[in-house]
Amino acid sequence: MVKRFIALVLVLAVGGLFAVLLATYAPDAELNQTARYYAQRTAQDLGAANIVTAIIVTYRGLDTLGEVTVLFLAATIVGLVLSQGGQSGTPARGRVPVGELLTTGSRYLAPLILLLGVYVFVNGHLTPGGGFQGGAIIASGTLLLLLADPLRRFGHRLIAAVESVAGVVYVLIGLLGLILAGGFLDNRILPTGALGALFSAGAIPLIYVLIGLKVGAEVSSMLVSLAETDAETREEA
Amino acid sequence: MPGIAQLAMATGFLLILIGFYGALTRRNLLRMIVAFTVAGTGVNVVIVSIGYMHGRTAPILDATLAASDAAARIIDPLPQALVLTAIVIGVGITALMLAYALRLYSQKRTLDIGRFTELKG
Amino acid sequence: MGNLMTAMTGVLCVAMLGAALLAIGEPGAEEAQTDTSGLPIAILAAGLVSLLASVLFLVLAAPDVAMTEAAIGSGLTTFLFFFVLGRIRSQSETKGGEDG
Repeated sequence: MVKRFIALVLVLAVGGLFAVLLATYAPDAELNQTARYYAQRTAQDLGAANIVTAIIVTYRGLDTLGEVTVLFLAATIVGLVLSQGGQSGTPARGRVPVGELLTTGSRYLAPLILLLGVYVFVNGHLTPGGGFQGGAIIASGTLLLLLADPLRRFGHRLIAAVESVAGVVYVLIGLLGLILAGGFLDNRILPTGALGALFSAGAIPLIYVLIGLKVGAEVSSMLVSLAETDAETREEA
Repeated sequence: MPGIAQLAMATGFLLILIGFYGALTRRNLLRMIVAFTVAGTGVNVVIVSIGYMHGRTAPILDATLAASDAAARIIDPLPQALVLTAIVIGVGITALMLAYALRLYSQKRTLDIGRFTELKG
Repeated sequence: MGNLMTAMTGVLCVAMLGAALLAIGEPGAEEAQTDTSGLPIAILAAGLVSLLASVLFLVLAAPDVAMTEAAIGSGLTTFLFFFVLGRIRSQSETKGGEDG
């Protein structure tokens, strides 16, 4: 009870802080200097229609490289934590068979989900969406396959190959920007093209496709390692 | 009358507080993680609401939004880029917490945080 | 029009807060805190918070963030939780009773 009281006091204190912040908040009427720079320069400098994408892939490209690395590390640690030990044999327990509807449905839906994911990240520089969203959609396709056939062995090697090739090419494109254009991850190694065309914005679509593949592979590997340890404990039975 | 931005910001702050309280008082590991994700969503809502400006549109150029008057018509794109990153990192952190919770469970057969006493002095 | 939008946002915010309270569970259930019986509702409620947040992001003119939240925050996170919950349940069914 004392513990709950302390927690309540703490929450109320933080809440008071937030209330002050909220009461003194006055929305800006104009864009600040950085945002105005992005708004004015993105179209003519980078040729990307989606300014958020331009920030993520080019202006703050190094942060995004760090971000996919963090995600990769998280996926690796999940695999490591789940793989070591803990495989004490468990008594038999019948797995509920997967329904016919799910098996058949997943066979037709999975390619379409993959296609949607690819569409989302190929159009990342024109419309809302991009590598992260498309990668998550691809991972949900993997999830559907896992649900339809829990004992399916996914090619760890395929996932790892997609992940590492995408990562290496991403860094190489960044280095190419250093040589051919203004700096690391500069997208102007390819022509910027017409604003709004599919093949425009220089290397942004290319980089976002790589990010999409990398994120898709990373999240898929997390899901697969979670599902596989599950299947293993049951198989040992 | 409060604007949409203030409403969203208040909601975000309340979500942070609810999640914070939940994480402090719950003793079930999985419930603590659920509370953390709620607090994380709250943080994201607050950051996006800071970038919102009344009467402006999303930072995506198209036929109706020319590049020349973009600076006067779009909202701040920087918080959005920040939150996009935060959401993706958030799912990585959640997966990590869940994997540790699972390991702890298979060691001790309990999700009660009070029974993990190894580090208590 | 502006008022209608604000009112709708208000409804959305109230729904989010309700779902968040559902997600952390009622404070009275002291003895039920260490089992997994109430967890599916909590996980689904947290997913609902994410889903409503993605609608709120759309209202706040952030379609990119809305899409990310819907795909990752609401979809993948919920599934991760259910994967782990399923594993814990299958372990407790087979191993339960040893230490209560």
